[in-house]
Amino acid sequence: MADLNQKFDVLVIGGGNAALCAAISARRAGASVLVLEGAPKFYRGGNTRHTRNMRCAHDAATDILTGPYTEEEFWDDLLRLTGGQTDEELAKFMIRESKDILNWIVEQGVRWQPSLGGTLSLGRTNSFFLGGGRAMLNALYLTAEKLGVEIVYDAEVIDLEIEHGMFLSARLKQPIDGTSEIRASALVAAAGGFEANIEWLKEYWGEAANNFLIRGTPYNRGSILKMLLDKGVQDIGDPTQCHAVAIDARAPKFDGGIITRHDSVVFGIVVNKHAQRFYDEGEDIWPKRYAIWGRLVAAQPDQIAYIIFDNSVRNSFMPTLFPPIEGGSIAELAAKLELDPASLEKTIAEFNAAVKPGTFDHTILDDCRTEGITPPKTHWARRIETPPYLAYPVRPGITFTYLGTRVNRQARMVMKDGKPSANMFAAGEIMAGNVLGKGYAAGIGMTIGSVFGRVAGREAAKNARN
Amino acid sequence: MHGTKILEEADRLMTVCNSCRYCEGLCAVFPAMEMRRAFSDGDLNYLANLCHACGACYTDCQFSPPHEFNVNVPRTLAVARAESYAAYAWPRAFAGTFARNGLVISLVAALSVAVFIFGFAALHDREVLFGIHTGPGAFYKLMPHNAMAALFGAAFLYAIMALAMGVRAFWRDIGEPIGMKTDARALLQAIRDAGELRYLDGGGVGCFNEDDRPTDRRRLYHHLTFYGFALCFASTCVATLYHYLLAREAPYAWWDLPVVLGTLGGTGLLIGPIGLLAERWKRDSILVDEARYGMDVAFIAMLFLTSLTGMALLILRETAAMGPLLALHLGVVFSLFVTMPYGKFVHGIYRFAALVRYARERKAMAQGTTLE
Repeated sequence: MADLNQKFDVLVIGGGNAALCAAISARRAGASVLVLEGAPKFYRGGNTRHTRNMRCAHDAATDILTGPYTEEEFWDDLLRLTGGQTDEELAKFMIRESKDILNWIVEQGVRWQPSLGGTLSLGRTNSFFLGGGRAMLNALYLTAEKLGVEIVYDAEVIDLEIEHGMFLSARLKQPIDGTSEIRASALVAAAGGFEANIEWLKEYWGEAANNFLIRGTPYNRGSILKMLLDKGVQDIGDPTQCHAVAIDARAPKFDGGIITRHDSVVFGIVVNKHAQRFYDEGEDIWPKRYAIWGRLVAAQPDQIAYIIFDNSVRNSFMPTLFPPIEGGSIAELAAKLELDPASLEKTIAEFNAAVKPGTFDHTILDDCRTEGITPPKTHWARRIETPPYLAYPVRPGITFTYLGTRVNRQARMVMKDGKPSANMFAAGEIMAGNVLGKGYAAGIGMTIGSVFGRVAGREAAKNARN
Repeated sequence: MHGTKILEEADRLMTVCNSCRYCEGLCAVFPAMEMRRAFSDGDLNYLANLCHACGACYTDCQFSPPHEFNVNVPRTLAVARAESYAAYAWPRAFAGTFARNGLVISLVAALSVAVFIFGFAALHDREVLFGIHTGPGAFYKLMPHNAMAALFGAAFLYAIMALAMGVRAFWRDIGEPIGMKTDARALLQAIRDAGELRYLDGGGVGCFNEDDRPTDRRRLYHHLTFYGFALCFASTCVATLYHYLLAREAPYAWWDLPVVLGTLGGTGLLIGPIGLLAERWKRDSILVDEARYGMDVAFIAMLFLTSLTGMALLILRETAAMGPLLALHLGVVFSLFVTMPYGKFVHGIYRFAALVRYARERKAMAQGTTLE
């Protein structure tokens, strides 16, 4: 058990990928390091628990990557998906550093494997963790412990003492030992966003937020982020925005992870609780389209929608955690979903009548489309006519939030007056908004975490020595 | 619907795992799972026997307990595996031996040893039983070679027969054609995978035992045990050939092949089981089928006793203890043979069969065909 009365060189608040990379890199630079993870041991690691890969630039194929992914291509992708809402200098720095992370993270005990079954589209760009995100975390924790990093779980930080942009101490609250004062020469905040803080989400989303499901643990409450912003750190990123995908409405309120997702939208139609369609289900290729449906469902009454398809496409996508709800007729399905049968029958009849003949190919923007209905389904439109009829109920699944602390290239926090903080650094989701102002690409959160975690740890150690 | 509660649970877990797939690089179970969308009883029994219980998927799983999804693949498959042993037992009447396996094996072993000791005592004078016998044929003063060969040959053949019937039931259950064309490549692949315990390495770092630190100790001890057993078996085969082909009778000198093989194998079969027992003792109870503790321990103990009595016999064969030790050793070996089809020994047989099937499936997948 760590002696919490000593003054540490570096205090890391958080326990995910960014926090552990920071702790390891600070320790390797010779600093004494304390990690305070707010969650219990099993739930340690925040959203990292549910990740599975990292997007790193590389100039040639490797054992596990099928081809090169150059810095330029990575930058082009980032520019496109953020619509320019990115700090170019920081982003390009991150992309350059990501090349070395591919090797560095392996030196910290993390193991790679080729892309998982059903994720072939990521085989060139993304390196997958053998055993998934929790395996990755386990490896980082083992390495950190071996190096002598002190780690405390169930360690909730309830206050930060900051003066003129300088961190002095943190107030720690533990279930048994009560509160204590933790002093350190430098702080690395790597405690994630506020996606699990429903009250905070309600500030922007109103009562609708009550119907949101949170894909990660209940511990991602953003309390450190709030303290930092309240104490003079400059913010970045749109506070109202979060990354939301459509996930199964039967998923648990928290921590359902990746397995509650649905990628079947393309194979059917999506209706709201009034059995009305509300958006073009065939707008774009799946990875790009994937992330918009959470927001679309959030805008519907009661934040619920239903993906409706038929038996002919039942096996066309990854097997799902929850089985589809089945009905021998559309009316029977509607009854099970508690939708008005006549409305659903009418919606599907109109949709079927509008479908034009074409050649179905879900890997390209094909020519199967509707004509004469609003909204249209512009690709992959096929009639829903083979019983049994099937449905997945979906709700918005909140993955992460964009609001964060502004940092510079040293991962050093920038204060509201534009001056860099004397000894405060940030890494991971808490500062992701610097690079990722909006949008998402698979594995980019982990890149931000590892790159800026490593930098923050190194800089914090250097800072503590001086 | 499945035949048993544990298969219901295994089906639930495979549905969870099949929508996640993070573990597919760890072992053979998850790639085999991904080849299916729905799971029959036979599929689940196949996956259960394919699992080497390395524990990595439990430690790596974001949904393992206390998570409400309660995903515990190692334990669930361990229970399903043990239940499958009983289901495939031949004759059916002996299926119950798996229920209280530790007790059954202990009783059979005790009885067998007692019969040999009393048999020797009843058939021989004290001077013969406690006499010092040396030179070729020394053992056969206590039990004629032909009687020994006939008794152990019969026990061995019975074990082979019962095991073969069990494998037949397993093969049928998992949906493989009984009279399939011999698939030499799949067989070779399975021999290699089993021989190196490829899937007992947690995907490369070692297996998980008492905590979340991977270690390769279980694999090492299993190798010592398995190859020790194989060398002891080879020793017996060489000795039999010596006897019948070269007319050279046991005991043999310490440098002779049967003794060298037996000593090497016996040493492995002493260290290996002790290590396995220690690891089993330390193993996190969340990973194992606690109700089958007796089955695990009984088989390991039998292997250990086989080696211990054999080594004692080797060391003391020129003393008055030879007679009683021979009875003890033969009693242990006899009970090992007859209980082989009704204890943990079968894990190797079914797992090997599962590996053969896995190799066949992999090949079929690679060629884009389905198994007939």
